[in-house]
Amino acid sequence: MQGGATGLAFRGRTASIGFAHGPFVRVNAGASGERVAGSLVEEALALRSAIDVASGQIAELAAIAGGEAAQILEFQVALLDDEDFIEAIFASIGEGSPADVAWRSALDEQIADYNSAEDEYLKARSSDLADLRDRVVAILRGGEGQVLKIPSGAVVCADDLPPSRFLEIDWSGGGGLALLRGSPTSHVAMLARARGIPMVVQIGTITEVAAEVGPMALLDGEGATLELDPSAEQLRLFEKRRETHRKSRASARAILQRPTASWRGERIKLFINIQRVEDLEHADAQYADGIGLMRTEFLLAERGGLPDEETQFQAYDAVLRWADRRPVTIRTFDAGGDKPVPGFTQDGEANPFLGVRGLRLCLARPEIFAIQLRALARAAVRGNLKVMFPMVTSADELEAGRKLFADVVQRLQADGIAAMLPELGIMVEVPAAALAVTSFRAAFFSIGSNDLAQYVLACDRSNGALAPLMDPLHPAVLELIARTAEHGRRAGISVSLCGDMASDPRCLPALLNCGLRELSVNSSALAQIKQTIDRLSSGGGLG
Amino acid sequence: MLDKADGQIFTGNVRLVHAVGMHARPAVKLTKLAKKFQAQISVRVAGATDWINAKSVAKIMAMRAAHGSTIEIKASGSDAEAAVAALVNLITTDFPDEVS
Repeated sequence: MQGGATGLAFRGRTASIGFAHGPFVRVNAGASGERVAGSLVEEALALRSAIDVASGQIAELAAIAGGEAAQILEFQVALLDDEDFIEAIFASIGEGSPADVAWRSALDEQIADYNSAEDEYLKARSSDLADLRDRVVAILRGGEGQVLKIPSGAVVCADDLPPSRFLEIDWSGGGGLALLRGSPTSHVAMLARARGIPMVVQIGTITEVAAEVGPMALLDGEGATLELDPSAEQLRLFEKRRETHRKSRASARAILQRPTASWRGERIKLFINIQRVEDLEHADAQYADGIGLMRTEFLLAERGGLPDEETQFQAYDAVLRWADRRPVTIRTFDAGGDKPVPGFTQDGEANPFLGVRGLRLCLARPEIFAIQLRALARAAVRGNLKVMFPMVTSADELEAGRKLFADVVQRLQADGIAAMLPELGIMVEVPAAALAVTSFRAAFFSIGSNDLAQYVLACDRSNGALAPLMDPLHPAVLELIARTAEHGRRAGISVSLCGDMASDPRCLPALLNCGLRELSVNSSALAQIKQTIDRLSSGGGLG
Repeated sequence: MLDKADGQIFTGNVRLVHAVGMHARPAVKLTKLAKKFQAQISVRVAGATDWINAKSVAKIMAMRAAHGSTIEIKASGSDAEAAVAALVNLITTDFPDEVS
């Protein structure tokens, strides 16, 4: 998408949605400058005073920023207050290191440690440490942490930008942030989203020419594009996208906060899908009618092997506490297929998507499954829990799972542990289950449209060459969805859909026309889906 | 949850219920609270060999205590008993915003 005549365009990843049109300002990450080291005592004093100055600057920023930003900066202040940590740096100065070198190497060590973490959250914290490192180094070099001079409304471009630098920029006139590296889960991204500043990360490299030229830049946080020195046509298209977005967002926010969604007078329940407990931190999650799908595979990915009962119970319990009285549907381990788990899934299957996966695997490994069922049975007494089995083909499998579950409950109760059998349902993702849906004694059905479409269309969904064929709106897929919904309506059993289709506004008319009245979507799609339902209900198009 | 051990050492065990484990915000709250006490306070994830200074945010973060892990606390000094009780309470109540 790079071209000369039309101006330069680059694509990254969305970190914060929004649009900015303003002067392009390239911020250099690496501060240069040398300092001459003094005696041991002078160096120690220099660092002590730099730490005090930095601490004051950060506290001041925190006071101005308030809220979430203040909490983020508190970690930096706490680190400067950490005697164990600071003492080690002074010890290094005592051994002859100049203040800036000692400081930098201590911080770099921490940063490397955080970067090596498997946890995305910890990884993202490394940019906070880099921020602190650079601030103190700048003070030591006499820069006193010079404030960035950024014109109002600018599109700021940096390799990465630490939170405190973000806060130093005056965003009151708008503007946007384009990072060549960075991460959507970083603190800066959280701040940008909280402030409504568009932000695109992981742009990679921008050509040298672009870095110097582009007096004007267009940043589209939705499409994750950065356009430099745009042509009139690029600008026109950009403004059109911006206007559409502005209108859409204003009404989506208003609609999101309405208590319920309805379509032609019928209540539509909107749930959210979560991959892990942290997903509940999304600002829009609170507006959901409950959790339609909590995946549990993240528990299998943690270090230290398969999760014990207590670890699982705590995770389920945390979600139930968050949901309060709203329903929470937890799906038992859906391992296998494209989700191999060492020590659990079977190796060497010729066709893992048609192999021992989902409930099939759990029934084959009852010793592992029983631990999850125990944790779920204990959690069931703590809230409105429903449990569903994935990849079910025949009614016998559901009954086998139910029997294991009931045995587990009985044993727990015999030991005097509070436990109960929650409502049991199944994922409808194997075509056979959709076709024979009346044969299942399930309390509810949840259509897994991703796998259902893959199996019905005989298309591996990870195979890009099949993308044109992989159409979830194929009449055969819709037919199976409609049958399932129809059975639910006749039998008075709840039917929802939790695949990607539910989060795609283009699929909504078809899903509603199939008879679905419950959808489970990603938190980030909730506002848009609620808005689309509202539009469709009032006779409008998809907009 | 509190056991009085020999002499002046007080100990406690508490499960970390915080959804994302001992990350930046809980770690800052824990060290801030620990610093309010004179006592020498150490913590570790159950099963770990080394005790960690509860007043060092860098070390608490490096502990990488995950959601659901058990945190052991020990303290010695004049206000050790109160310190252990306060930290246990902080972790049990899932690091509320107001810690008085």
